[in-house]
Amino acid sequence: MSSRIREKLSILADAAKYDVSCSSSGGNRKNNNKGIGDSSASGICHTYTEDGRCVSLLKILLTNHCIYDCAFCVSRKSNDVQRAAFTVEEVVELTMNFYRRNYIEGLFLSSGIFKNADFTMERLVRIVKKLRIEERFNGYIHLKTIPGASEELLTEAGLYADRMSINLEMPTEAGLKLLAPDKSHDDVKKPLGFIQNSIVQFKDEKKLIRSTPKFVPAGQSTQMVIGATPESDMEIMYSADAYYKNFDLKRVYYSGYIPISYDERMPMIGSQPPLLRENRLYQTDWLMRFYGYDVKELLNSQNPHLDVDIDPKLGWALRNMEQFPIDVNVADYRLILRIPGIGVGSAKKIVQARKFGRLRSDQLQKMGIAWNRARHFLRCADSIFELSTPEAFTVKARILAESNSKYLKIPQNQLTLF
Amino acid sequence: MRTFVFDGTFEGLLSAVFDQYELKPETTRLVWNKFHQPGLLDEDHIVITDEAKANRVWQGMKKKISLDWQQRFYKAHLSELPETFQHLFDFARYIFDNPKGAETNYGHPSVMAISQIDKSVNRERHRMKAFIRFQKTSDGIFYAPIEPDFNVLPLIVPFFKNRYADQMWIIYDIRRKYGMFYNLEKVEEISIDFVPDIATTSTFLPSQAIDEKEELYGLLWNDYFRNTNIPARKNMKLHLQHVPKRYWKYLTEKQHN
Repeated sequence: MSSRIREKLSILADAAKYDVSCSSSGGNRKNNNKGIGDSSASGICHTYTEDGRCVSLLKILLTNHCIYDCAFCVSRKSNDVQRAAFTVEEVVELTMNFYRRNYIEGLFLSSGIFKNADFTMERLVRIVKKLRIEERFNGYIHLKTIPGASEELLTEAGLYADRMSINLEMPTEAGLKLLAPDKSHDDVKKPLGFIQNSIVQFKDEKKLIRSTPKFVPAGQSTQMVIGATPESDMEIMYSADAYYKNFDLKRVYYSGYIPISYDERMPMIGSQPPLLRENRLYQTDWLMRFYGYDVKELLNSQNPHLDVDIDPKLGWALRNMEQFPIDVNVADYRLILRIPGIGVGSAKKIVQARKFGRLRSDQLQKMGIAWNRARHFLRCADSIFELSTPEAFTVKARILAESNSKYLKIPQNQLTLF
Repeated sequence: MRTFVFDGTFEGLLSAVFDQYELKPETTRLVWNKFHQPGLLDEDHIVITDEAKANRVWQGMKKKISLDWQQRFYKAHLSELPETFQHLFDFARYIFDNPKGAETNYGHPSVMAISQIDKSVNRERHRMKAFIRFQKTSDGIFYAPIEPDFNVLPLIVPFFKNRYADQMWIIYDIRRKYGMFYNLEKVEEISIDFVPDIATTSTFLPSQAIDEKEELYGLLWNDYFRNTNIPARKNMKLHLQHVPKRYWKYLTEKQHN
């Protein structure tokens, strides 16, 4: 008995690991029924795997049997892998026992499609319902929306789940058609839109009737695979931006494609996953969501790709040197946020502290800003007066000379012999 | 310069602030008696911890700084770092000597120091919420030994009490030799030095003391931990940054490798 459950867990955790989301934040479920669990609003990573990714939830597939044959997916019908399926009770028991030992924040449940969409979705709903009602479980539940499932099932799922997600898979419709001819982005937009409307409705109702239940309180997210198809960074981020705006998504995840097949349409098995590119895309995503940048400022037809050697915020600053230097003692908070090397935390500290007197460079450094980068773009009380703004390429060269990218084993400024 | 020697408690610290305003030396060095080495020439002042004095100082602080900063002040003292007390002492003086709202002056060294210590204490508190691993004992109590860098056990009790309201648990700080026991009603401070069959120095309980399913779930958690990893993305530097080695001996997923 115990060896079979171990085998199943190994297969179904392995099959689920390419879904990168493991966030447990944004939940607000409270343990007010003297049951078990509550959601920590900030989310908790209980451990990290050796690839450095956060493990917050028990992320598993209900089954890896699937009727589809998507070229980028490890569980595709034509792939020769071991198949397994959990029973409803097994998933509930694993979740409860892991949670009680403080291994996890909750459950991330996804599934291959067996028989049809409704049949699969109905099983998923049955599990989360059992957890919430029979086990009085108030921990975090992330549930996959199965494309094509009925609205009744989605509504029921939304009452028990904290977050729901449905993956775009490829950043553009053309890319998706290339690798998964049976699928289309419209299959994703429909349920995203339906759940989004329901979230708004439930929230409105809650304003009038306090006992209205929660509905997907941590919102929706999606994921796209990067590097399997030849989209530009601009296409990827414009697509992400549109989904953030149209469906009020909490997150878009970018998953560097890890070769899992010998399909000629995609990178070969053994080629490196595009980790640096993935990192630059996330940086851009953060700039859009927390730093007030419009995606068009960062990526446009003149710059369709993100810089490899510098981060997108520094890249933007170097392309717009006429906006600098910014005087931190008088400038608006939103402008201070645009100085490379100053983050949200330091920008807030600066705005509070300057009420007590003009800030000097030593004080700024103590606040934790990245001085090596920031000093080229700001003025403070003890800045030396300079007649002209320096050229972008000299600033870039100076910054690169002083820093070491974690991705470059050989420093860029080193001359190669051959 | 005067040297104030105090007992390292929160009340002692506040009493020292009280004495400062009574004796009015220009500069004061605050030393925890554990680390105090008397000098030849200085005349040291021994701070007597006095609850009434401490309370007056705390009421005064409450009037001058926001609730958020009151909590930061309290949390910073749990770091137990010798230099923290000097920072807290200087911070208190700075707050009392200036108009209300001075705590947001991040350009001031004491404000910045407290802000940084608070960040460290919060990080350790957060790590304990993440890294605590309960083992189910044969009598149904969930037990977790810890050894945090700072004395954060009092800060995590409300979190675990809310979360595990329907199971009995013990979290025991091995280094500081005290623990918290939740008995389904309330949380009590305990010391289990005298219980022979729970060795407080070893992190995992002997097999006769644990629930029959405990080992299976430990193994399943290990299976999960290994299979959710993507070897093509291996990044040990990042892994170690997030899970520093000193925590490994308490992590179930690090036991069966």
